[in-house]
Amino acid sequence: MRAPVRIKTLTIDGKEVSAKEGETIWQVARENGIDIPTLCYLEGLSPVGACRLCLVEVKGANRLLPACVTQVEEGMEVTTNSERLVNYRRMILELLFSERNHTCSVCVVNGHCELQRLAQRLGVTHVRFPYRYPDLPVDASHERFAIDHNRCILCTRCVRVCDEIEGAHVWDVMGRGIKSQIIADLNQPWGTSDVCTSCGKCVHVCPTGAIFEKGKAVAEMEKRRQFLPYLTIMRGGKQ
Amino acid sequence: MTVDELQQLVAKEQEAKQRYKSCINVCVATGCIMCDSERVKEAIEEAVKERGLEKEVIVKGVGCLGLCSAGPMIYVEPEGIIYHKVSPEDAPAIVQGLISTPVERLVCPSEMPFFKRQVKIVMENSGTIDPERIEDYIAVGGYQALMKVLTEMSPSEVIEEVTKSGLRGRGGAGYPTGLKWSTVAKANGDRKFVVCNADEGDPGAYMDRTILESDPHRVIEGMVIAAYAVGAQQGYIYVRAEYPLAIKRLRTAIRQAERLNLLGNNIFGTTFSFHIELRIGAGAFVCGEETALIASIEGKRGTPRPRPPYPAEYGLWGYPTLINNVETFANIPSIIRNGGDWFAKIGTEKSKGTKVFALAGRVVNTGLIEVPMGITLREIVFEIGGGIPEGRKFKAVQTGGPSGGCIPEQFLDLPVDYESLTKVGSIMGSGGMIVMDETSCMVDVAKFFVEFCMSESCGKCIPCRVGTYHMHELLSRITSGIATMRDLELLEELCDLVKNTSLCGLGQTAPNPVLSTLRYFRNEYEAHILDKSCPSGVCPIRRLEEVPV
Amino acid sequence: MSQRKMRLATVWLDGCSGCHMSFLDMDERLIELAEKVELVYSPFVDAKDFPQDVDITLVEGSVSTEEDLHKIRLIRDRTKILVAFGDCAVTGNVPAMRNRFRLKDIMERVYSQNSTHKNDPPVDGIPALLPKVRPIHEIVKVDVFLPGCPPKAEAIYFVLKELIEGRIPDTSQLSRFGA
Repeated sequence: MRAPVRIKTLTIDGKEVSAKEGETIWQVARENGIDIPTLCYLEGLSPVGACRLCLVEVKGANRLLPACVTQVEEGMEVTTNSERLVNYRRMILELLFSERNHTCSVCVVNGHCELQRLAQRLGVTHVRFPYRYPDLPVDASHERFAIDHNRCILCTRCVRVCDEIEGAHVWDVMGRGIKSQIIADLNQPWGTSDVCTSCGKCVHVCPTGAIFEKGKAVAEMEKRRQFLPYLTIMRGGKQ
Repeated sequence: MTVDELQQLVAKEQEAKQRYKSCINVCVATGCIMCDSERVKEAIEEAVKERGLEKEVIVKGVGCLGLCSAGPMIYVEPEGIIYHKVSPEDAPAIVQGLISTPVERLVCPSEMPFFKRQVKIVMENSGTIDPERIEDYIAVGGYQALMKVLTEMSPSEVIEEVTKSGLRGRGGAGYPTGLKWSTVAKANGDRKFVVCNADEGDPGAYMDRTILESDPHRVIEGMVIAAYAVGAQQGYIYVRAEYPLAIKRLRTAIRQAERLNLLGNNIFGTTFSFHIELRIGAGAFVCGEETALIASIEGKRGTPRPRPPYPAEYGLWGYPTLINNVETFANIPSIIRNGGDWFAKIGTEKSKGTKVFALAGRVVNTGLIEVPMGITLREIVFEIGGGIPEGRKFKAVQTGGPSGGCIPEQFLDLPVDYESLTKVGSIMGSGGMIVMDETSCMVDVAKFFVEFCMSESCGKCIPCRVGTYHMHELLSRITSGIATMRDLELLEELCDLVKNTSLCGLGQTAPNPVLSTLRYFRNEYEAHILDKSCPSGVCPIRRLEEVPV
Repeated sequence: MSQRKMRLATVWLDGCSGCHMSFLDMDERLIELAEKVELVYSPFVDAKDFPQDVDITLVEGSVSTEEDLHKIRLIRDRTKILVAFGDCAVTGNVPAMRNRFRLKDIMERVYSQNSTHKNDPPVDGIPALLPKVRPIHEIVKVDVFLPGCPPKAEAIYFVLKELIEGRIPDTSQLSRFGA
């Protein structure tokens, strides 16, 4: 017999909502039409709480909590959109734009990019930090896809989808701090990976133009995500 | 080993010690080894042999005697003479000194406040026992606490005693140890783990290293007691690879304890079993953060994860895990032996016991000190530390390493405890204490610590990964004299972001050195920006015209 | 209030002139604007020197040469409201893509490896390139940012209208990086 579902009631941005026990603030907000920004979280993949864009204020908590991993509690009062939060989110996006070479105008996902879209939504019209202009490679050794580290924001969605859904674990992270970088296998050209199944899941979960299909010109690459919830349900609901 | 066997061993060791008239203890912790104390020890052994005193004089390698800047240090028992800055050539004179008068020029006055003002609990055996002999530790009462716990106390009584002591985590955050233990004890899990965090990485801090090098059994005993209290079967000591001597002595200690069945199955003939393994860290500062440490022990990339769930409920491989710092565990045997009430009498209302600090920087006596909580910074700097050398003026004392802050002169009479230090914008931290005088530029100091955090950031969360980079860039602009007041505003805004949005403690505390120096030494920042000058003459100020766009 | 027309300038630094093309795409709205502003300096008009007392200056392009650097400082001195006009001015954009290489390497690539005539890099009468291309707000204070590659005519029109009315426009929902 299944355990009865317990219901929690809470308020999000002043709106009273109810939720199933075990749901996260992000999920419940989404069900109630409140879209909390995120770049690392993707439904169907394990949450890592790394991008810090989904931080919300919870009354009584002495710090900001990531909505993607914080489970709802009875009587919680959540604020998702205060001026303070918006300012933090803007600045986090500025940090991302300054970190690598995001030249939107010549990017394959121009117009279909989560980073670009969020910047507009949150009103980031310029970046106050000096750009770093790092010298980063583009790995086009794979037959069908390519990875451009200039556009990578290290959200690790590719790492997780390849490990958790495809089960190949081609991708991982090397280095630390500002020198972190996504690598294929033991830091070898993607095209030489023995375990890559060329399934393309990493391409489509990537929020930016970092991983893309070859042959797409500027603004031509659109990411398709529909497969993900379906796959996770089929696999017994790791969701 | 049975209880009787332990007592017999104590008696045997004490008897053996009494056969000798004198004991020459030579410090063989890393600090003194760096100044050649191993050769000093050999030379003294040689000199003893030459004079045919082998039956009367024992020469022993011991742990840290504290005054690391004056090494190699020697402690002669039973006279209680401390020698400092000893060289191998001094060996015959020292041996001769046992018979006639002590070697005047090498004597370090044991009456000096550096020794007098300290209160030793964690370091009580440091400098008197051989860290590589379990018998030495047992002879001074070692493993008696474990025996008492296993034969006379229930796990909940142990936790109660620790709670009563008021001991708080010595890793920096000061979480009540008793509370942590009871959380792990109550947590559901088929298996439980006890982990000792020996991934000490603050620049200038070496408390944990020294404890492990000087008295490793103390930490092991503390861990076994903790394991009994929370119901764990397996323990790990996570120690960084940069501490080869600590690793070597821990390995020896674990082997010896296993041989005497003080570790392993059915300890003291009871049903309680506990094993300890070492895990060597590859040198990432972030692995001192408990969730990153857990990931690293599990063989994964050492990055932190959001809490909750806390390791007490969901730790190593998902099982309830108790993680305490080296110094925390090292306090446990004394608390059990003397009682929680005894411990609670030392210190202040909310901070009990003692704290080990690595006193460094512009101070006459640098080294390792153990002081009661509640002692003032002034006492530490000017009495124990002996003040600022060369008649220069005190400027600030930095506590808590890269997570801490700089405390200016106006707070010198502040009692050293968790709350007071936090109130003035610093933290207790793990025990780094760096004294700065008027020749230190506070912007440069802040930049140093930010650079450390930048290069130690794991890169998982954006505010820490990119934020610390830009903090460092902005500070570099300031120290180069090319910054504007807008840069300073941006720096303050960025510090606020990194502090409030980073994933783990590394990022959350990385701005502290900047924020605390801004709070007390804002004029120095402004001098760099507005007057294009470094008041302390440290920073190489460039003229704007020279700077490429 | 007098009917004094606002003094408008547009400047073309290191960019492709696409932002100015988009400006022209305002079409008939240009006539409406012309009644309210006087275009005192622009690639569209014949003025040789950047005048004093300009109310609004739209700056297209990044700061890439010694000349750009000199100009942008002069413009800032003489302008009340400085608008970073388009992605090159706001972010560095395409011109800044050279920043990950050393200037010397770029010059060698362009003027010796890839050139059929193997000429030395020109020096006479041409402003020297700066080691790094910079968005203009890294050099001078910018009052309004209008990203876009190029910003749409509607966005330019809105910004100018607001500025003429004496308001600082919120550009965030009008345009974005890249488009």
